[in-house]
Amino acid sequence: MVCWDPRIEEMPKEDLQKMQYKLLKSLVYRLYSFSPFYHDRMKEQNVHPDDIRQLADVKKLPFMFKRDLRDNYPDKFFTASKEELVRYHVSSGTTGKPTVVGYTQNDLNLWTTSLARALTSAGLGRGDVIQVSYGYGLFTGGLGLHYGAERIGATVLPTSVGNTERQIELMQDLGATAIACTPSYLLHIGEVAEKMGIDIRKDTQLRTGILGAEPWTERMRVRMEDWLGIKAYDIYGTSELSGPMFTECSEQKGIHIWSDIALVEIIDPKTEEPLEPGEKGELTVTILQKEALPMVRYRIGDITSMDDEVCACGRTHPRIQRIQGRVDDMLIIRGINVFPSQIEYGLMGIPEVGQHFQIVVERKGALDDLLVRVELTKDSFSDKITDLMNIRKNVEHRLKSSLNVNVNVELVEPGTLPRFEGKSKKVIDKRSL
Amino acid sequence: MEPENFVIRQISIFSENRPGRLAAIAQALGEEKINILAFSIAEANGFGVVRALVDHPEKAHDKLQSLGFNVAFTEVIAVKMRDQPGGLYEIAKILGDAGINIEYSYAYSGKEGAVLILRVDQVGDAITKIRKTGATLLERSVFH
Repeated sequence: MVCWDPRIEEMPKEDLQKMQYKLLKSLVYRLYSFSPFYHDRMKEQNVHPDDIRQLADVKKLPFMFKRDLRDNYPDKFFTASKEELVRYHVSSGTTGKPTVVGYTQNDLNLWTTSLARALTSAGLGRGDVIQVSYGYGLFTGGLGLHYGAERIGATVLPTSVGNTERQIELMQDLGATAIACTPSYLLHIGEVAEKMGIDIRKDTQLRTGILGAEPWTERMRVRMEDWLGIKAYDIYGTSELSGPMFTECSEQKGIHIWSDIALVEIIDPKTEEPLEPGEKGELTVTILQKEALPMVRYRIGDITSMDDEVCACGRTHPRIQRIQGRVDDMLIIRGINVFPSQIEYGLMGIPEVGQHFQIVVERKGALDDLLVRVELTKDSFSDKITDLMNIRKNVEHRLKSSLNVNVNVELVEPGTLPRFEGKSKKVIDKRSL
Repeated sequence: MEPENFVIRQISIFSENRPGRLAAIAQALGEEKINILAFSIAEANGFGVVRALVDHPEKAHDKLQSLGFNVAFTEVIAVKMRDQPGGLYEIAKILGDAGINIEYSYAYSGKEGAVLILRVDQVGDAITKIRKTGATLLERSVFH
């Protein structure tokens, strides 16, 4: 196993926790002194920096939410002066005002270091050609991966998103060994390559995918690895934390969260109490060393669980499991919680339908109606109506038994569901509540 | 005459049940100068299967596939009928008596008379049985 920074990555857990405590303590003092917002929050909660006497005391601190960032648009939250900022990123404001993230040079260095460790742990390094097919610009994906890949001495192919045929040509001509993009975009690339008569397995040198920015499933990984002949690694991060920061290591058993960079807690979203390792809850992150936009107990809204055992790779830092959904992605269908990721998981086990799907929720009379539209694959098309009806029934049955809610399935023609180059929008909720 | 000479290649196309799908299929075939000799639409809730006998099945298949359609070949047989009252009965009775199970069927009446297109479980078996009854099967060369 190769580590980017073995001293930190293999540090005994007790030492890591001591380090986290020190960093947390100084962060809280700094915020109490310099962030009017956080000072007031702490006062409201009746907590003083002196109350933080051990790492577990983090739970005395107030939470931060996305709405706090929006309410303080664009930069009222920053604890660095304008002169100290070297970059902005802005997250898409699909549900309100956008979120602006500012970075000092140290913030960028921290982000890049985090990715350098992560990409190394996924087996990448000098000699690799990493195609960065995340959007470049205000979105953190493109530039984040770009600098991370350069830091480890890999060669960057900064294709950004779009113009898929050209992306595939360049992948072939310049011998890209890895690609960083959303899982749905990689599926799209795979389909376009097939149409162009290019077999990603044989005709390119691609062997690694660094995939994230949207939830995906274990079955999708298996399907993609088999289909494209790559190893697919999950990557995690959000713009508020800096951007994509953490990935799985070569063990592919969870995403290592570097303890000197972030302190993660999994809490019960209702009771707000910390949960045990292995229990599923809401991810809450404190970035321990961030200058321009500090984040303390930030409630990202992603749902996952944590594994604090030392990894088989030798790294001591805790791992989070793949994101299972978002607190706000959750659909409530007839009172039952349904995550789009569960639907994806169910569909991936059915060979007769393709990887793409669309969820349409409507209110019919007093009842919610859940419709899942799936593409019939070429190989499973039968001229017999009864065969097709059986495929549909089978999909309905499989989804119903895993979701505990009635599902209607519509078979659609291949290639007709929308494809996404960035984050996919798979849910259409027509209910006006 | 070899039995396989009576096996006709029908093209089957998966289609969503929404306006314009049949037009899209027909337009594609028209552009390729493919003539449709007979066709039918089987409908289920939300989707359908368009089945057609055409003069150039390979060309039709490739064109539709290149447009993204889900297309397959299906083997069917064609039985000649008298184009008069009772014509269908004669053939249907023969098929029934011979123990031939029909999966689906459609018919057309053209210049050379009336024709019943059949999709059956065991094509080879059905051809043998029908020929024994004395009914007339149309050869593949009549269509393509």
